[in-house]
Amino acid sequence: MKILGLDSSGMVAGVAIVEDGLLLAEYTTNYKKTHSQTLLPMLDELRNMIELDINSIDAIAVAAGPGSFTGLRIGAATAKGLGLALDKPLVEVPTLEGLAYNLCGCTQLVCPLMDARRNQVYNGIYEFVREGEQYRLRAVAPQCAADICEVIEKLNALGREVIFLGDGVPVYQKVIREKMIVPYSFAPASNNRQRAASVAALGEEYFREGKIVSAADHQPEYLRKAQAERERAEQERAGA
Amino acid sequence: MTDTNIKQPTEQDVYILAIESSCDETAAAVVKNGREVLSNVISSQIAIHTLYGGVVPELASRKHIEKINQVIEEALKEAGVTLKDITAIAVTYGPGLVGALLVGVSAAKAISFATGIPLIGVHHIEGHISANYIENKELEPPFVCLVASGGHSHLVVVKDYGEYEIIGRTRDDAAGEAFDKVARAIGLGYPGGPKIDKLSKEGNPDAIHFPRAVIAENEYDFSFSGLKSAVLNYLNGCQMKGEEVNAADVAASFQKAVIDVLVDHSVHAVKEYKFDKFAIAGGVASNSSLRNALAEECKKKGIDFYHPSPIYCTDNAAMIGVAGYYEYLKGVRDGYDLNAVPNLKLGER
Repeated sequence: MKILGLDSSGMVAGVAIVEDGLLLAEYTTNYKKTHSQTLLPMLDELRNMIELDINSIDAIAVAAGPGSFTGLRIGAATAKGLGLALDKPLVEVPTLEGLAYNLCGCTQLVCPLMDARRNQVYNGIYEFVREGEQYRLRAVAPQCAADICEVIEKLNALGREVIFLGDGVPVYQKVIREKMIVPYSFAPASNNRQRAASVAALGEEYFREGKIVSAADHQPEYLRKAQAERERAEQERAGA
Repeated sequence: MTDTNIKQPTEQDVYILAIESSCDETAAAVVKNGREVLSNVISSQIAIHTLYGGVVPELASRKHIEKINQVIEEALKEAGVTLKDITAIAVTYGPGLVGALLVGVSAAKAISFATGIPLIGVHHIEGHISANYIENKELEPPFVCLVASGGHSHLVVVKDYGEYEIIGRTRDDAAGEAFDKVARAIGLGYPGGPKIDKLSKEGNPDAIHFPRAVIAENEYDFSFSGLKSAVLNYLNGCQMKGEEVNAADVAASFQKAVIDVLVDHSVHAVKEYKFDKFAIAGGVASNSSLRNALAEECKKKGIDFYHPSPIYCTDNAAMIGVAGYYEYLKGVRDGYDLNAVPNLKLGER
């Protein structure tokens, strides 16, 4: 089974191919160019490098949100276009699950943080539970947008050691240092940002479990309404 | 697919799959040999944006991602073709809303990547102008074209396919933008163009005299913000004096002021540049009074007047397929790094 993984939910653009539990190729960049200029050219290079027949993939796993609205849509439209042309299904990998999966197998709690602006972080709390010869990802608290202080309170209440990762870490490092009571650490450069290999590997698991969607049906999970929608709802509440 | 619908593409036939998502319509089309529209699928978002009194970019982008595949699949199916029959993929890459453009551009690139079908980025306005080729098989450049829509007001000399010289542009608001703003002010809502057009039929166009702006430095340039302000001032004045506003008269008088300027500039340009063909394009080109006024004036001056049907005036992908066809013939091909360019200039790549 061959899975293409795509992640363009944040600054990182990533593409990877995983086949039967083996990573065949991965290309990650963390650079200011728009994903529109990086994602597909990177996939093209990867295809050429490993002489990939793009028709041989079984599914396209895509970081499905949350994240930068535009970034998510570039990933989604790319995955949807590939799915349409190749007649392959998509696997929606929640962005924070993909991030947490970077640290698969660790016994600490894993807390990916993505800067959501407006004083919020997209976050989730995950653990890895061994089943036979493999660790499986389990959500202790599923992904959501929240104030960093609420996340820290939750972690302190859980009372277990935590590893933080994601682009929310540099933004909220100070608060974390001030308020974390339980032991914690920050993930290293090799796995502290989105990796398409994790999206593809987790995508392979989900694909086996039958968690697929048609390319036509996929749309990102933004976890947040558009500003105009929020303002309109507020006006309606104020008017009511 | 029925048997009678199966097309047997010959080597000479060029089938363009076109995708358009620059504003609030998700659209795809299949165009054969540049002039024959095999399908033209449009998923409109007007109902959503009406709630907000105008296009909300983030909501437009979200809707595009939701609809893009269905629209493309429907366009292929309606045309009775599959991707195997497609010669090239044309996609609008600017100008427009960046987030909206990116949906179409990213999907088009991915399809091109997966199939090896060549990719062509198309200028949205070039698409609008090219819409004239669909129903006017005899029309060929050179001619003068007035492009008027919610985002654009241009007088363009179409020198050849894909070769343009902009001789006049708006200094402030686009014509369609003025329609939307005035419609909002007289309580008609969004989209303003069709609503004002309809209400104007019940009003007196000479009831109120609104100003026609003349730009000293360039006789072909437009300005509609002064006119819009004059309408708003008129409405305020009525309110202060406690006078009842006749909305139909305001709509008709405003529309006449816009049309007078558009007709005057256009006819003047055709004569000055010594062409005998004139075309209109863009959403405002579907305005019935503008079409009638231009038809009449062109007839008087011996100018052949061309205009697309309303369905090809507002945003659609068929027009992008037509423009894409001529770019294809010229050898234009884009790479997988094609990006959305929100302020793309006409005639530049």
